[in-house]
Amino acid sequence: MNKKMTAADVVAQLRDGMTIGIGGWATRRKPMALVREIMRSPLRDLTVVSYGGPDVGLLAAAGKLRKLIFGFVSLDVLPLDMHFRNARQAGAFEVMELDEGMVQLGLRAAVMRVPFLPTPVGLGTDVVVRNPGIRLVRSPYDDASTLVAMPALRLDAALLHVTEADERGNSVILSPDPFFDDLMGRAADRVYLSCEQIVATTKICNHDRARYQPFERSVVTGVVEAPFGAHPTAGVPGYGIDIDHLKEYNAATTSEAWAAYRARYVDLPTHDDYVAAVGGRLRINSIPPPVY
Amino acid sequence: MTTHSYTLAELCIAQCAEVWRGEGEVLATGIGVIPRIAAGLARLSFNPDLLMTDGEAYLLAEPVALGPRRARDPLVEGWMPYSRTFDLLWGGRRHALVGPAQVDRFGQMNISVVGDYTKPKAAILGARGFPGNSISHANSIFVPNHSTRVFVAGEVDMVCSAGYNPQRWPEGKVPSTLRIGRMITDLGVLDFGAANHAVRLLSGHPGVTVAQVQEATGFPIVVQAETPVTPAPTDEQLALIRERLDPRNLRGTVFKGDPPGDRR
Repeated sequence: MNKKMTAADVVAQLRDGMTIGIGGWATRRKPMALVREIMRSPLRDLTVVSYGGPDVGLLAAAGKLRKLIFGFVSLDVLPLDMHFRNARQAGAFEVMELDEGMVQLGLRAAVMRVPFLPTPVGLGTDVVVRNPGIRLVRSPYDDASTLVAMPALRLDAALLHVTEADERGNSVILSPDPFFDDLMGRAADRVYLSCEQIVATTKICNHDRARYQPFERSVVTGVVEAPFGAHPTAGVPGYGIDIDHLKEYNAATTSEAWAAYRARYVDLPTHDDYVAAVGGRLRINSIPPPVY
Repeated sequence: MTTHSYTLAELCIAQCAEVWRGEGEVLATGIGVIPRIAAGLARLSFNPDLLMTDGEAYLLAEPVALGPRRARDPLVEGWMPYSRTFDLLWGGRRHALVGPAQVDRFGQMNISVVGDYTKPKAAILGARGFPGNSISHANSIFVPNHSTRVFVAGEVDMVCSAGYNPQRWPEGKVPSTLRIGRMITDLGVLDFGAANHAVRLLSGHPGVTVAQVQEATGFPIVVQAETPVTPAPTDEQLALIRERLDPRNLRGTVFKGDPPGDRR
């Protein structure tokens, strides 16, 4: 089966009101080309599950969010994402604010097809108070302890950015941390990958590389070739976090500055135009890997 | 033994390092410039067994200097992606040193929102890993601006990190896995060691009075008959901080004007 498609094909398969998981972590390996495609589309009222970075800030600024299920939104080196901050302060979307680990457990519960996973995490905090939908359970064993029943976070779709993929949906993530992309993939009904490069199956995999595959190809619905598709987040190996771009993004908070940012970097005919707008291949390739 | 003058940042680093003394083979996580240097200092001086990460996905065999790396990559001793970090931390073998926006008398911490929850005055990060960290492993606190804005009266606006508040716990029982270590601030060192986990002042930094600390804290603190003065960093510690861990002096940017540690 050939699963190759365009970013526009992916977004055409999404619907208003869907729950969408976005892979990566903060400023690393976010499927930003797909996020920008959503911004250009009429899609609305989305519920987004994310270890949030500029993916959340952009969708919030574009008015696409009905609800955010999250543990944090941060630009790492620049701790606060101003677009998330402004929208959150305005009460522009609902929140289901969780511990980072609870997000993982919710995805895992969806993968396992159980209604919840028990955990002590969240007890003693406002996470359980602010989410009245999250219930407590008592252990049926001798300890009889009270635990949080973290509900399954089932996704209608997952958007993930990987290093390489083939047209059949095989993929590898060669960056140092696969994050929870594997869980997002399995928790979702439809899984769309953007990748730096589509390559032949013989090139993508061998005995050494197989362990970098997040999941088998049967999980995958569609594959989009988007070189530098994680920019301005990091796509290691290849390119680091574009801090200069993130600063420009973070500063574009007035309506005029935001309109200018959108015109310059979002409302473009093709992904190649975006790559050119942010300085071209040579410039992105010269961004060093992040140092913490 | 100290023969050199030292800055407030260096005093705080030496005191922050103390949170890992005697903690054994745990993951030391320091969030921010001073906690990170402090973790390296603890590792190089009195707790060589500490585990440390590069902040991305690897365990480091030796602490690295802050800022851009030198030509040589740091020596790596293991892999620590986020999924493994959660497995480790749920097991309890970690001691984090964090910098919350608000702390209350129960040790509850907030890094999510200030003000009304639905339309907050300030949205910060979100609960992050604080709920899981607080119930799983030891956490200590670094506050560079000791004030009633940080050490609030009543409870913090959003309890991200659980604390010693029985009313927040099922059957009023604070779990035994909850352990809040020290609080190092620009004024002194405190902990939750008084009766019923009340906050007490362990030492005041040179030139800081007890009254000053109390005035800057939104809840009563327990003070001793004679409050000790925070000891100066040793010459060995200062050499490690200045030459090995922070040669670019990023610590000099933490406090406005980089004041001296001894304010007498």
